[in-house]
Amino acid sequence: MDLVAIVLTIITASTPLLLAATGELITEKSGVLNLGVEGMMLIGAITAFATTTITNSAVLGVLAGAAAGTSMACVFGILVLIFLANQVATGLALTIFGIGLSALVGTGFVGIALEPLPKLDLGPISAVPVIGQILLGQDFLVYLSFFMVVLVAYFLSKTRLGLILRAVGESHDSAHALGYPVLLVRFLAILFGGFMCGLAGSYLSLAYTPLWAENMTAGRGWIAVALVVFGTWRAGRVALGAYLFGAITILQLHVQGWGLEIASQFMSMLPYLATIVVLVIISRDGAKIRLNAPQSIGKAFTPSR
Amino acid sequence: MPALNDNQNNMKSSYDKASGEPNALLELGGISKAFPGILANDAIDLRVMPGEIHGLVGENGAGKSTLVKIIYGLLRPDQGTIKWEGDAVSIFGPSQARSLGIGMVFQHFSLFEALTVMENIALAIDEKWKTQELRSRIDEVSRNFGLSIEIDRYVHSLSVGERQRVEIVRCLLQSPKLLILDEPTSVLTPQEAESLFETLNILSKRGCAILYISHKLHEIKKICHAATILRAGRVVANCDPSKEPIKKMAELLVGSQLPEINRGRLTAHGVERIHIDNLNYTSKDPFSVKLKNISFTVRGGEILGIAGVAGNGQTELMSVLSGEVKDLDDPSIIKFNNQIVTSKGAAERRLLGAGFVPEQRQGHSAVTEMSLIENVLLTALKTCDLEKSGFIDQAKARSFAESIISNFDVRTTGVQAETGSLSGGNLQKFIVGRELLQQPSILIIEQPTWGVDVGAAIILRRALLDLAKSGAAVIIISQDLDEIFEVCNKIAVMADGMISILGDIAAVSMEEIGVLMGGQRYEH
Amino acid sequence: MFTLERRVEQSKSWLVFSPIMAIALTILSGIIIFSVLDKDPWMSLYTFFIQPLTTGFGFTELIVKATPLILIGVGLSIGFKANVWNIGAEGQFTMGAIAGGGTALFLNTQESFLVLPAVLLMGIFGGIVWGMIPAFLKTKFNANEILTSLMLSYVALLILSYLVHGPWRDPGGYNFPESEIFSDFAMLPILLEGTRLNLGTVFALLSVLIIYILLSRTVLGYQFKVVGLAPAAAKHAGFDRAKLIWLSMIISGGLAGLAGISEVSGTIGQLLPSVSPGYGFTAIIVAFLGRLNPVGVLFAGLIMALTYIGGENAQIEIGLPAAVTGLFQGIILFYLLACDVLARYRLRYKPFLKARDRE
Repeated sequence: MDLVAIVLTIITASTPLLLAATGELITEKSGVLNLGVEGMMLIGAITAFATTTITNSAVLGVLAGAAAGTSMACVFGILVLIFLANQVATGLALTIFGIGLSALVGTGFVGIALEPLPKLDLGPISAVPVIGQILLGQDFLVYLSFFMVVLVAYFLSKTRLGLILRAVGESHDSAHALGYPVLLVRFLAILFGGFMCGLAGSYLSLAYTPLWAENMTAGRGWIAVALVVFGTWRAGRVALGAYLFGAITILQLHVQGWGLEIASQFMSMLPYLATIVVLVIISRDGAKIRLNAPQSIGKAFTPSR
Repeated sequence: MPALNDNQNNMKSSYDKASGEPNALLELGGISKAFPGILANDAIDLRVMPGEIHGLVGENGAGKSTLVKIIYGLLRPDQGTIKWEGDAVSIFGPSQARSLGIGMVFQHFSLFEALTVMENIALAIDEKWKTQELRSRIDEVSRNFGLSIEIDRYVHSLSVGERQRVEIVRCLLQSPKLLILDEPTSVLTPQEAESLFETLNILSKRGCAILYISHKLHEIKKICHAATILRAGRVVANCDPSKEPIKKMAELLVGSQLPEINRGRLTAHGVERIHIDNLNYTSKDPFSVKLKNISFTVRGGEILGIAGVAGNGQTELMSVLSGEVKDLDDPSIIKFNNQIVTSKGAAERRLLGAGFVPEQRQGHSAVTEMSLIENVLLTALKTCDLEKSGFIDQAKARSFAESIISNFDVRTTGVQAETGSLSGGNLQKFIVGRELLQQPSILIIEQPTWGVDVGAAIILRRALLDLAKSGAAVIIISQDLDEIFEVCNKIAVMADGMISILGDIAAVSMEEIGVLMGGQRYEH
Repeated sequence: MFTLERRVEQSKSWLVFSPIMAIALTILSGIIIFSVLDKDPWMSLYTFFIQPLTTGFGFTELIVKATPLILIGVGLSIGFKANVWNIGAEGQFTMGAIAGGGTALFLNTQESFLVLPAVLLMGIFGGIVWGMIPAFLKTKFNANEILTSLMLSYVALLILSYLVHGPWRDPGGYNFPESEIFSDFAMLPILLEGTRLNLGTVFALLSVLIIYILLSRTVLGYQFKVVGLAPAAAKHAGFDRAKLIWLSMIISGGLAGLAGISEVSGTIGQLLPSVSPGYGFTAIIVAFLGRLNPVGVLFAGLIMALTYIGGENAQIEIGLPAAVTGLFQGIILFYLLACDVLARYRLRYKPFLKARDRE
């Protein structure tokens, strides 16, 4: 298998991680930890798949997937911001609920295969070796993922709204004292996170493996949460991490092709083990985490007297 | 005439106009605000004239903070009217307050540690500024008022005094007509406070009114043109502080004759109880202060006061002395009652006769979600034998809690009450009581009366004096110099993680302490 | 406009009432879900929640399903109280099944009454080891235990899959990915002839009793509570946080391991590629629904077990998709979290203008 093909598959494997992690990054930067990524991705995946199957329109499917992810996030937002529920527990509930609901909706869609998302085709230009093949022959969600990372990086570091978002995540009391609407900012950040997870799920069921399988995210949502820590809450590094993990996922598929006799189960463990290793490496430097992590993450905000 | 006003206030203000008084900049009429279980503001009237430095005085819990939050738009009053330059207004939020011309410097700053000074300032400004323009404007303001700040530094690397300057510059950028300062000198050295007063005077001369909130009456007397005294949510007096004697104001503030603490004579009993030698500590937390070369001893019968501005290593010192932190740098030595405890934990240090009361009560020296009985176990478990082979001796813990309540006049519904339901003063009496009933020979206490009402503060200070008289060694780490002078017989000053020992409190000058608090060497 | 007003003290009665309310709301939602799925809602509710309990056998099946949930849930509640978020109980359960099941396979020809204790101990040990890894990573490297314990679950499931597809596959099993059937000496005794009710249930009851005493009467239990509610206060008291993290992971891992081995050597009788219908995750809900209180967990375990056998029953009787079970489990947790707000806050009606005061 040639290198270009490998890079292409790596991009494909990385895109869902990248989309979900970028969304979670914004949510966490606002000071909210949403552990429901896995559940939102699953709901996004089944909604996109079902919509595409019924309407025959992938665009509608992606939109529906994103909307479904957003509405899941909306439930989460209401619970943690208004009902002041524990964020860890609510995130877990979101995941458990997402697994159940997606499986229920998905019972009617098992075994259907869809055409994968159409790829950009600029004719001869897309066929230019290496660059053309890699950069000009992807589907639109891949381009969207590139765009979103750049957008989020720009938003966080260069815009006033990004500054406000960071301020809210850093100290909700100070932000409140200056008159910023802490709960509104957080709610929007949560919704954005859900939107991106919905896109990530759509990509899984429409492009990565264009069919529906129960629990098809297989822990990718959790890996996306870990990637945000890995990237020490910076968009560029989160993207780097997503591609690293994409590469590890792809590695396991190719190893057997290279004639190595390793049971498939051990290769499948790689992304999970890599997540643990990566977490350990990043977390051991407490000072680095302290300087980069949003300080009020996971804490409920109630305006004081 | 604005139609929304309620009648009474309308009449009052027209009376004022009729009598020919100039228009007030800010006029509050009958402001009330209730919280569950408490009426924080009860029909408060307040007039602030343009260019006036107006003192707002009151004890903790008198309703000062609630009132200024209403003025700054952070809270909305249940009743009452706000007039700004003669017109009735509703202030819906801080950004509207700022657009009217109201600026506020918070007591616990509203700064973001992980952001730069520039970003912090940008967050508090509602107009759009080009970065370059904003920079030159900041330069201009800080030069004009002698408030130097470094724009590109991260706030977590600034001292508390520098942070306050950032807050003030941030307000001044918008040329406010009214600047509210909430307990501004509680974080300053006496010299820094002096220069703040100068800044405030300049501002006042240029026509900016200042609402100055404090419980320190000598400051009010010194800089304010007018003062309003609050007690239990009500205005008890308006006065001209330059004419009113401090004692009179103090009695109005507390509502009764001030009891005096009779310090009596403290005599060192000669036994060396606390011995600190070359203590050095570097925390892994990048936002914390390094402790450098700290050495001192405290004997039985002595109370050593460690003065200093917040954020100079007091919290770190407390955690090192109490054994919450044990990974000190070599060659630090801590000895309690002649035993080396440097690498011993908090529980072991207690068994050697030590007691500790850190500054933060909720969630540090007490678990607010637990009952008083359960909170007794936190520190008295081993020292008072409340444990029987791994099990909790419930009966003993209960009677211990009951004796704290009766000995220290803790007002509560009972030993089963959730600790979080206690008021600040009662919670601190409970915590200090818990330590004192263990009969410590060493007590290290941080900010013993912070946020506590005067009555409780007196009980607490007396208890500390009695403990020292009985032969214990006491260390009080406090930012309140008045408190240190009232209770301690020896004083030390902490600045930038280092401690200067000054010795007998009768022999030191305020000036010397102030210079040291600012982190400079004092030349005799 | 309704506003939430903080109570001075947490309401004790709401803590009990809110799970009951959550269950009631879930049943109400069930009616809607069944209608959407085009089933007669009352009939479906009956088949789901009541019919399974109308027979003696159904009742014992309920207890059989509740047993692992209670064992795991009781262990998790210690961790959750101490703010140690072990959500990898599924992995510890699986590791218990692997270690204990492997021992059973290894000793399958031994006819000794010592086989069963060895199998059980190895099962507990397997769960403990799998729980100790996140504890080590947390205390040594500060790595988030939520993520590490969950990742280890996937790893454990893959190890089990590898073993039953490879080295441990029954040579006489027609190439099915299954191990040999355990000998009788490795099986937990059945308590009631003709049912699947086995000794595992006794372990579950014992664990409830022991953990109840641990949490309510002992200094260790007190330490778990303090470190969870106020970590700084635990430091002030001189409690060893690392020790508490280790202990809570060991206890919850060990109980999950015991649940795992009890499941394979009590109910299944061999190792399969999947030995759990998500017990480790459902037990998280059980722990919350039971208020992190062992006695509460006992009841919550029974209720969640009902969603399993109700789901199975409804699948057979009226053709409801099996996934309804998972959906109900998610919904019940949502409602519980929402209802809990009323334990700390009270709902109060205020005219609009004033209500905005506290935003």
